[in-house]
Amino acid sequence: MSYTEDALIEISGLSKSYGKHQVLTDLSLTLTPGIHALLGPNGAGKTTLVNILSTLIPYDAGRVRVLGRDPQKQRRQLQRLISLTGQYAAVDGQLTGMENMLMMGQLFGLSRSEAKRRADALLERFELSSAAGKRAATYSGGMRRKLDIAASLIAGPELIFLDEPTTGLDTRSRQALWDEINALAAAGTSIFLTTQYLEEADVLAERIMVLHGGSIVAEGTAAELKDRVGASTIQLHDAAGHIVETLPTRGDAAGLAAQLTRIAAERPEVSVTVRKPTLDEVFLELTGEPAAQDQQKESIPA
Amino acid sequence: MSAPTAEQMTTTPTPAAGPMGGASAATGLKIFSARSLKHSFRDGESVLMAILLPLMLMLIFTFIFGESIAAGQGGDRGDYLAYVLPAIALTAAGFGASYTAVVVSNDMTTGFMNRLRTMPFPAVTVLMGHTVSSMVRNMLATAVVVAVAFALGFRTDASVGQFLGAVGLIALWILVITVVFAVLGMVAGSAEAASGYGFILLFLPYVSSGFAPVETMPSWLQGFAGHQPMTPIIDASRSLLNGQSPGSEWWIGILWCAGFIAVALWLAAVIFPKKVAR
Repeated sequence: MSYTEDALIEISGLSKSYGKHQVLTDLSLTLTPGIHALLGPNGAGKTTLVNILSTLIPYDAGRVRVLGRDPQKQRRQLQRLISLTGQYAAVDGQLTGMENMLMMGQLFGLSRSEAKRRADALLERFELSSAAGKRAATYSGGMRRKLDIAASLIAGPELIFLDEPTTGLDTRSRQALWDEINALAAAGTSIFLTTQYLEEADVLAERIMVLHGGSIVAEGTAAELKDRVGASTIQLHDAAGHIVETLPTRGDAAGLAAQLTRIAAERPEVSVTVRKPTLDEVFLELTGEPAAQDQQKESIPA
Repeated sequence: MSAPTAEQMTTTPTPAAGPMGGASAATGLKIFSARSLKHSFRDGESVLMAILLPLMLMLIFTFIFGESIAAGQGGDRGDYLAYVLPAIALTAAGFGASYTAVVVSNDMTTGFMNRLRTMPFPAVTVLMGHTVSSMVRNMLATAVVVAVAFALGFRTDASVGQFLGAVGLIALWILVITVVFAVLGMVAGSAEAASGYGFILLFLPYVSSGFAPVETMPSWLQGFAGHQPMTPIIDASRSLLNGQSPGSEWWIGILWCAGFIAVALWLAAVIFPKKVAR
């Protein structure tokens, strides 16, 4: 694979194991700037992959480039361009919001006055200005997350890693954070996020990667992934709204019309919904049964 | 919170990434020493403990055990206060330093350290900052111990040099026990476990020449009590505070400390780079 100037992340043949436990196996991936979601169940290796890309841990084999730099051999160079927000809000509870921001800014090599200037702007943008003088330990979960992300932006990274950014947040905070993440991307920052929530990947990401068994088993837009699983289905509901039957379709209008006409004639009592598969169904299909895993990998060009 | 509109985003632009070098080790140390000191002094309970504990120890040993222990040696309570003072300072330092294990463990296990390690500066300065603040905290506690001892009637015949020598030895031991606890904090799975390991270490001063003469202990205990690292430090400090020559005890004590620090640094150098919370 040759290095392309505008690639965000290029991985080929990446492997990583902890002792005998193989976590990533011959993983390959090329991403262009934008928002990318890495989707996978617990223990799939999402955090391991993020930790490798963000310079935290070494990899065993393969070729890895993040913003054109090797996270192992060009660690310091890369560290100036990225930031990591882990699964737990990594803010210092004993320090105030502002002190947290200043600390991070100065550690990135900013002068105190420059760090202060940027901290003011970021705290305002994340609606934390009024809480800037309070200790982070007094913040709500959502506020801590916001502070965490604000702190990770202080040096103006080109790429931020968000490892399960909304895990443990309530619905409102989650929605608010999604808005922020979208705004960030709109302003030109690339985002690599991991999530267990299909909805999150669906709402946020331009490209979704499904990690399973240490490899990427599928990659594409939400729509593309849904198409891989199959065309639309017809669901038949009884009077109480329960699904009584799900019928596959070929996906074309003529076939669908014929099927619907037949249902109308034969089963006038049911109501009908035509729907695309959800990302949940895609996920189940792609990663579902361990026995079918190998087959899946072969049948889906990853 | 709502998503900023395009207009807002142009007024608060994302700062452009520049060719920043990241903080130097010196800046990192300064930042993390300040941070750790803020932790110490904002956590009012830990400050209170750091000062109350040595006070309680001193009062208990002087007023409850003092007379009877001293009687066996043909002295009185005042003599015992002078005898026990170095041990009280070192025991208190042990308690104060055990807090280092907890804060180091917290940093290691909460993801805070992980973030720092993806940043362009030497992350080990976090540990150094905790060490600096432990020194400050415990020297403060030592000052309180000495001040209260004076209030209780302790007087020293030591010259300024001898007094500083005694303080120096105590400071060196505080450094030793701090780095030991920092390493424990690094390897422990949680803050609770870290303070649990430390608990064992806190009994060390009692099996030394600190609270009672080694000769009064059963013979099977004398070997350990007479030769464990705290005994030469305590004996040398006590001699210096009495205005006497510390004999060979002072350099034996310093060698012990140097050995401990060297091993702890080596362990830290091996373990720290590999410790990633996951």
